[in-house]
Amino acid sequence: MTKLSNALFNRLVIAIPYIWLIIFFMVPFFIVLRISFSQTAIAMPPYLPVFSLSDGWQGFWDNIGQLSFDNYIWLTEDALYINAYISSLTIAFISTCLTLLIGYPIAYGMARAPTSIRPTLLMLVILPFWTSFLIRVYAWIAILKPEGFLNQFLQAIGIIDDPLIILNTNIAVYIGIVYSYLPFMVLPLYSTLEKMDESLIEAAGDLGCPPLKAFWTITFPLSLPGVIAGFLLVFIPTVGEFVIPDLLGGSSTLMIGKTLWTEFNANRDWPVSAAVAIILLLVLVIPIAIFQNAQAKAAQQ
Amino acid sequence: MKSLGSIRRSFAPWNDSSAKPYISFKNVTKRFGDFTAVDDLSLDIYNREFFALLGASGCGKSTLLRMLAGFETPTSGQIILDGQDLSQTPPYRRPVNMMFQSYALFPHMTVEKNIGFGLKQDGMPKDQIAYRVAQMLKLVKLEKFASRKPHQLSGGQRQRVALARSLAKQPKVLLLDEPLGALDKKLREETQFELMDLQQDLGLTFVVVTHDQEEAMTMADRIAVMSAGKVVQVATPAEIYEAPNSRFVADFIGDVNIFDGNVVSSEGGKTQIAVSEDLTIVAEQNGSGPASGAAAFAIRPEKVRIAREAPANPGFNAVKGEIWDIGYLGDMTIYIVKLASGQTVRASRLNASRELENPIGYDEEVWVSFDDNAGVVLKD
Repeated sequence: MTKLSNALFNRLVIAIPYIWLIIFFMVPFFIVLRISFSQTAIAMPPYLPVFSLSDGWQGFWDNIGQLSFDNYIWLTEDALYINAYISSLTIAFISTCLTLLIGYPIAYGMARAPTSIRPTLLMLVILPFWTSFLIRVYAWIAILKPEGFLNQFLQAIGIIDDPLIILNTNIAVYIGIVYSYLPFMVLPLYSTLEKMDESLIEAAGDLGCPPLKAFWTITFPLSLPGVIAGFLLVFIPTVGEFVIPDLLGGSSTLMIGKTLWTEFNANRDWPVSAAVAIILLLVLVIPIAIFQNAQAKAAQQ
Repeated sequence: MKSLGSIRRSFAPWNDSSAKPYISFKNVTKRFGDFTAVDDLSLDIYNREFFALLGASGCGKSTLLRMLAGFETPTSGQIILDGQDLSQTPPYRRPVNMMFQSYALFPHMTVEKNIGFGLKQDGMPKDQIAYRVAQMLKLVKLEKFASRKPHQLSGGQRQRVALARSLAKQPKVLLLDEPLGALDKKLREETQFELMDLQQDLGLTFVVVTHDQEEAMTMADRIAVMSAGKVVQVATPAEIYEAPNSRFVADFIGDVNIFDGNVVSSEGGKTQIAVSEDLTIVAEQNGSGPASGAAAFAIRPEKVRIAREAPANPGFNAVKGEIWDIGYLGDMTIYIVKLASGQTVRASRLNASRELENPIGYDEEVWVSFDDNAGVVLKD
């Protein structure tokens, strides 16, 4: 290959992720953004204005003039939406913390296991993905319902007399989220913990630091990149999670994914649901972008 | 030279029967599954000694050091430090500190925090920690780097931080695991002498693990040569070099010529060994040589003479051969001489004069000879 075509090839390789992002992220984002500025209409598609090439320039500018922020204003006027956002963020935050609490010891144990059995353990963590997500969430209904396996078991061993009401509560949602998203927490944690030099812990011990303290002063701070990665990988999809709250949560479980679904399917209000989606995206992307920027700066120093 | 040199020369507590060892390994065995890393090993190390554990990789030297630090527990046997059995003491309560081969610096802490880490664990007040850290930084000449993170330092600087960190708590014993292994040759030589000075100035006991015999010879008061989990010989560098107690040690340390033969007679303080038709070795008796049967004579290349002229008593400690190979190193020349028996002998000669004219050349016939006391007689 000549130098020129080599350089071209290199650029092309770099361009692939950009092209991907443009086609599958930027374009859909702008379509949704445009819909969020439209008005509902009993039509197909169910919003106005509809841009069409046949309108010419004049028609295009007329259509632009019809776009408005009405849907966003609407979102602020009805407490339902704000509550749904807050509730989604709260549920996502709590369940992400629970996932971290459960995932960390698992990842730690895996990283400290003999090298020969680590691939097996890794396989076991990924194993649930081989069954459909939906089926696994449905399975939890069978476990958590009043006459389900969990209650039968607890009653059999005599811990409880009356069945616990777990299904259709937020607790069921937490259980569902923690169960479903655990691998996304364990994997990044495992990869940072596994890379860590064990002699660091020995050095801490050598300098008079007992094991538990060594964990908090050495292991944990050094695993923070993994903690952050795992946290984001679980938190972000959980905020918009729809299936788990819909199947396991109750009528009082308010999450933005469910709200969005209702607006979109039941109310056929595409513009409002588009606005809900855009706000959700901004709520997630802006703080994370700021955080990552700060991290990159810290790494540079 | 420092005036301390003279004190150092007379430092030999291992010859003093009234001296109490500071560290004692008593019949220590360590097994990992089927593998015996350390095999029924007993060893005494004295206070203020610079002690080296020398051996090839897998000989158990690191395991021994890790048992002293507390990272491994002996399968059987006892480790005693300053009269105290250490077996029940976890690493974080032992009065020893270790400098790790990888340095094991905490990557998320500054140089200062790294050095002060051990002091902080002891609950020392902040101002005292700062004072001691400053002292340590001065000791290793890193004052300007106090607020850097380890990844912003060079290999040599990291090594010094690791050293400062392990010295900060003023341990009774400092353990060094291949302390200079990651440095380049020049830096390594400089650091060897720095470590020696430091050890003398601070008056600490150093136990160093190394596979580099030069490093061990330069730094240590005594060396324990290890092989397959056992100590083969413990002695001063000079004794190890001049009077190895076995073929293994003779071969492991430096270059050596070994002549195999049979003891003909052993009387009058001399042992005669018949090596070949044209060579009988007469050697002064020493502790390790057998009185009869198969024996080996080991002699260092610099103690072998080569000359064109026949020596006074040919056949005894002198044999004819021809130059097989010459290695000119500048300060000295190494000659490989092939004997009639087929054995090659390595002789090194200091180039004391410029001998540019008529040097000994290839294929030339020469006489190889040595003195009665130049080598040692070993068991087989």
